[in-house]
Amino acid sequence: MLKGFGLVTILALAMACGGGDTSTEGASTPAPGGAPAAPPTDLITADQVKLGEIDPGMVAKGKELYDVKCQACHSTGTNRVVGPGWKNLLDQRKPEWIMNMIVHTDAMLETDPEAQAMLEECLVRMPNQNLSVDDARNVLEFIRSL
Amino acid sequence: MRRTPLTTAFPLLLAAGIAVPLAQGCKPANTKSAVTGNAASKVFVPPGQYDEFYNFVSGGFNGQMSVYGIPSGRMLRNIPVFSVNPESGWGYSEETKPMLMSTHGFIPWDDSHHVEPSMTDGVPDGRWMFINGNNTPRIALIDLTTFRTKTIIEIPNSAGNHSSPFITPNSEYVVAGTRFSLPLGTDAERDVPIDTYKKNFKGTVSFVHPDKETGKMSIAFQILTPGIHFDLSHAGKGPSDGWFFFSTYNTEQAHELLEVNASQNDKDFIMAVNWKKAEQYVKEGKGKMVPGRHYMNHYSDETHMATSEVVEQVLQLDPKELTDLLYFMPCPKSPHGCDVDPTGEFIVGSGKLAALIPVFSFEKMIKAIDGKDYEGEFDGIPVLNYESVLHGEVKRPGLGPLHTEFDNNGFAYSSMFVSSEIVKWNVKTLEVVDRVPTYYSIGHLSIPGGDSRKPWGKYVIAYNKITKDRYLPTGPELAQSAQLFSIDGPKMELLSDYPSIGEPHYAQSLPADLIKDKSVKFFKIEDNKHPYVTMGEKEARVVRDGKNVHVYMTCIRSHFAPDNIEGVKVGDDVYFHVTNLEQDWDVPHGFAIKGAQTAELLIMPGETQTLKWTPTSVGVKPFYCTDFCSALHQEMQGYIRVSPAGSNVPLSANTKAADAGL
Repeated sequence: MLKGFGLVTILALAMACGGGDTSTEGASTPAPGGAPAAPPTDLITADQVKLGEIDPGMVAKGKELYDVKCQACHSTGTNRVVGPGWKNLLDQRKPEWIMNMIVHTDAMLETDPEAQAMLEECLVRMPNQNLSVDDARNVLEFIRSL
Repeated sequence: MRRTPLTTAFPLLLAAGIAVPLAQGCKPANTKSAVTGNAASKVFVPPGQYDEFYNFVSGGFNGQMSVYGIPSGRMLRNIPVFSVNPESGWGYSEETKPMLMSTHGFIPWDDSHHVEPSMTDGVPDGRWMFINGNNTPRIALIDLTTFRTKTIIEIPNSAGNHSSPFITPNSEYVVAGTRFSLPLGTDAERDVPIDTYKKNFKGTVSFVHPDKETGKMSIAFQILTPGIHFDLSHAGKGPSDGWFFFSTYNTEQAHELLEVNASQNDKDFIMAVNWKKAEQYVKEGKGKMVPGRHYMNHYSDETHMATSEVVEQVLQLDPKELTDLLYFMPCPKSPHGCDVDPTGEFIVGSGKLAALIPVFSFEKMIKAIDGKDYEGEFDGIPVLNYESVLHGEVKRPGLGPLHTEFDNNGFAYSSMFVSSEIVKWNVKTLEVVDRVPTYYSIGHLSIPGGDSRKPWGKYVIAYNKITKDRYLPTGPELAQSAQLFSIDGPKMELLSDYPSIGEPHYAQSLPADLIKDKSVKFFKIEDNKHPYVTMGEKEARVVRDGKNVHVYMTCIRSHFAPDNIEGVKVGDDVYFHVTNLEQDWDVPHGFAIKGAQTAELLIMPGETQTLKWTPTSVGVKPFYCTDFCSALHQEMQGYIRVSPAGSNVPLSANTKAADAGL
């Protein structure tokens, strides 16, 4: 029962929050055939995220972004507000996974099983806050500093 | 009675055109057979695919501008312009109220007739769309990156801004000609008996300059004219660039029962304005500053709010002193449409009560002006010889010609109101080559780029004034009916009917590629310069300033901060400054509060909007998000406690950040 309810809810969510869907772009004239498939997204890979000593400059930039764009839903503790708390987050998630959730939010929610499991738990589709890869890297540094 | 000869001349057309819409159950035999087998495939846009054209349609008596996709006829958007729109808070939010300010105070409605695109080199460039406010004379500029009204300017010394907002080939000026002439000047000069019309009433045509960088508008100059009515207009282009043409009526200068008294003359005029010359006179200081108080309202996407500027005077040019500014070309019987063909050589005056369509030649007009080939003058303005400026007449095109659009192959398409049809004719030879019935009583018609130097052609859309039996009945009031025709082949072909919103007059269609990739998806929160922005939930707070309470509020899926507020008293004015922290496309949040005597707010991502709320009773009042935003949308709510006036409940708000629970 519970499982079934979860699935139905996710379906409804996907329909209600279809804002990030980019799959229909580009067809400016009526063309035969069905809707085009979602374009492949180049997810960030592990080797693209190099972690060294924590950089205080990046942490400061990350916190600035956090205060405006993330803090409404994520605490810097371990408690969940709307989404999970960020303290010790790297014990549970890989750095590139965190970066992908920030930068490629919609692609992750559509394809990544862990992201989908989170959605089933949190029930609010994580907003794509349109951070660049550099922004996301600074936010990751802020998360590391917590 | 001029209509009698017309009736006898075209009894069959009249029977088809007038009798049918009025007599139910007496449809012409070709109503259904007018649609051929493959029409459906030509208008079908598969799910998930885009239309080929954006179609911008005047809302008429709803005062707005609607946007459709062509060829599907699907409505994409209704853009609030001159009328308040409670659904988005337009005219109700503190930020948008100044947009509707005028010298008459706050005006919540208008009647918007004509849509004209910004142009570069005589071709629509996809940057702006203009629309006129007819009743309280104004022009609005709509930004096609946001699909929002950016500027509204009031037109002084004008009444009934009908012949507007037509534009010069490089968007130098949009024009505004007064429909009703008026007594102008000081209070004493304006307070005159109506029956002194001929002596005291004057017209004006204004040239309004949109600033290329900001989209702000200003009145560059205004030309004083004889006291007649101006109806429609179009700019010259190509060889006629530098001239503007206005149709006129009531050259009888009647002031009562115009239906009869303004239909006496055999010919009224097309007025030709040499605006390059006017520009030169302005540079030479030959204009005169005269009283002309007006508002210029501009919305900033940086501060997310509108501001009003009040201008006291306008620069006026008097053609009695500057005698080579204006010329009249005689045009049969109360011309309505005034349309210039893509080459810029031919000017079509649609005499709505005439049984022919006169086509004037620009080259001949210049020759007549140079040779002073006048048949007289009207109130000091030279009247050129009709025969000398005429290219020719389209004979017996149908009844009640109103407007003409053009394709890219040398053909013109005229709407015939009385005989309910579109008539296609060759601009050079003036031969009628095709005609199709419309259902019913067509007003304007529109071809993509159809009043520009390079029409895209392909379709013509008829905007019909009478709907009758075209759709399922909905009581006495019916949606106005649009009809899409293919003009690709030698014969016009009816493709579809679709209902529209408001009462469409003129419309424009632009290829989707000119616009779609420039569309703004959200406002960057870091660029938000609103004085009451809340830059992140940590900044959320409540501040009292005397009787004013300012709530700095944020929203994001799916909560408001703060969401519990106390210490507000009856008699306070509460300003909810709501900032949407979302940074994704198509995620607005709504804000509604019980007992609001205004409306709701719809706040776009990254934007701040303010609702003023004046509680009238004690109690706890809820507020909530009206735009279904997530599975927890129904939880997106809050409470505000209202205490009696003089209460000591301290002002407080639970601005505790999510961060607090470590």
